[in-house]
Amino acid sequence: MGLLAGGAALAALPAQALDTNEARALIQQSLNEVYGVINSGQPPAQMYQQFEAIFARYADVDVIARSALGPAARQLSPQQFAGYKQAFQGYIGRKYGARFREFIGSQIEVTGAKPVKSFFVVTSVAKLNGRAPMQVEWHVSDKSGSSKYFNIVIEGVNMLASERAEIGAMLAQNRGDVAALTAALQRAG
Amino acid sequence: MLANPFRRALFPAALLLAGCAAGTPGQINDPYETTNRRVHAFNKSIDENLIRPFTASSADGEGEDKRENGVLVVVGNVGGNLTLPGKVVNSLLQGRPGKAAQNTGRFLINSTLGLGGLHDPAGQEFGLDEVDTDFGETLYVWGAPEGAYVELPLLGPSTQRDTLGKVVDLFIDPLDYVIDDHEALTITGIKLASKVSDRARFGDTVDSILYDSADSYAQTRLLYLNHRWYELGMEGGEIDPYDPYEE
Repeated sequence: MGLLAGGAALAALPAQALDTNEARALIQQSLNEVYGVINSGQPPAQMYQQFEAIFARYADVDVIARSALGPAARQLSPQQFAGYKQAFQGYIGRKYGARFREFIGSQIEVTGAKPVKSFFVVTSVAKLNGRAPMQVEWHVSDKSGSSKYFNIVIEGVNMLASERAEIGAMLAQNRGDVAALTAALQRAG
Repeated sequence: MLANPFRRALFPAALLLAGCAAGTPGQINDPYETTNRRVHAFNKSIDENLIRPFTASSADGEGEDKRENGVLVVVGNVGGNLTLPGKVVNSLLQGRPGKAAQNTGRFLINSTLGLGGLHDPAGQEFGLDEVDTDFGETLYVWGAPEGAYVELPLLGPSTQRDTLGKVVDLFIDPLDYVIDDHEALTITGIKLASKVSDRARFGDTVDSILYDSADSYAQTRLLYLNHRWYELGMEGGEIDPYDPYEE
């Protein structure tokens, strides 16, 4: 009875589990790790592996991978989904890792955090040499059970929407075959 | 001084605006997709055969080295400086005198101390970063609808509203009224070269969209519209309307 009531109270107050300070700290910590890798001067292949590990640690890969695949995700067995998710995670590490490498010599600063709808938006500014400052937003949620980010928005361009379009196009190229898509993802990025 | 070319621009302008379907912010409106895809294939072949080979040379090297690289960066800075007067006019038309003043100060400082825009003392020492704007934004501020998404030959992704904006921008640049034809040609050349410089600067990102994507048309369209909505400060532009936890 007590357990049940406790569970209900938790469900009713999701904001208590994650607050703006925590969301902000999560992004700060994740950025510190990303910059640690960027400034380490390692060869690209090693950097991409480490970006993938950071992504797996701080992002809700499950929900991002599921959302990118769309309705097709519902028809998969848990094993099939796990295989796809693993391939997706590697693809993200390589694709965004290649972009991150352009940030060598730059600085990024977390500037604020606020609740929006059912999640938190953490804002940051990336300062690159010789370019106007770039606004980067992180959307953080604890709906997966732990606090993770599920979207990155760079100057208005959002990762979730881009990957939904991209994975959708790859799935169509592979005639709706998720196993073939998984194999293609292992090569892509 | 502005009246005559402005009037000439208004007729096609009215036609284009009349053709604008009402767009909903945050939603892609692409009724001309078949034609747009054909133009996209054309633009991609131009990039692949003419522009990419030329810009790729300055994309060698990594990180900071790349940005320090050569003539293209210099041309890019000078070209960027020359676009400022047109932006000042647009900020004024939008009723944003503060932003107009910022770009005016930037233009004056970089044209003199910055040796015609070769250097950027305005941004680096006076905190006067560029305010990017155009007549497409002016139209947005005036309440014109976005219209359909279009991919223009050579110019790339746009909307009907932004296309009209590009046309009008050709007529309202104050620089055109203080220089002769020969200088105008030079300036047009520098501005064009400045676009090529942007292509070199963002080379890897452009490459990844155009050549590594399974559907480069769809990626280009999404990136352009998302970024444009963000630049215009449109409501809902930055929040993905689709909640991944509510499926």
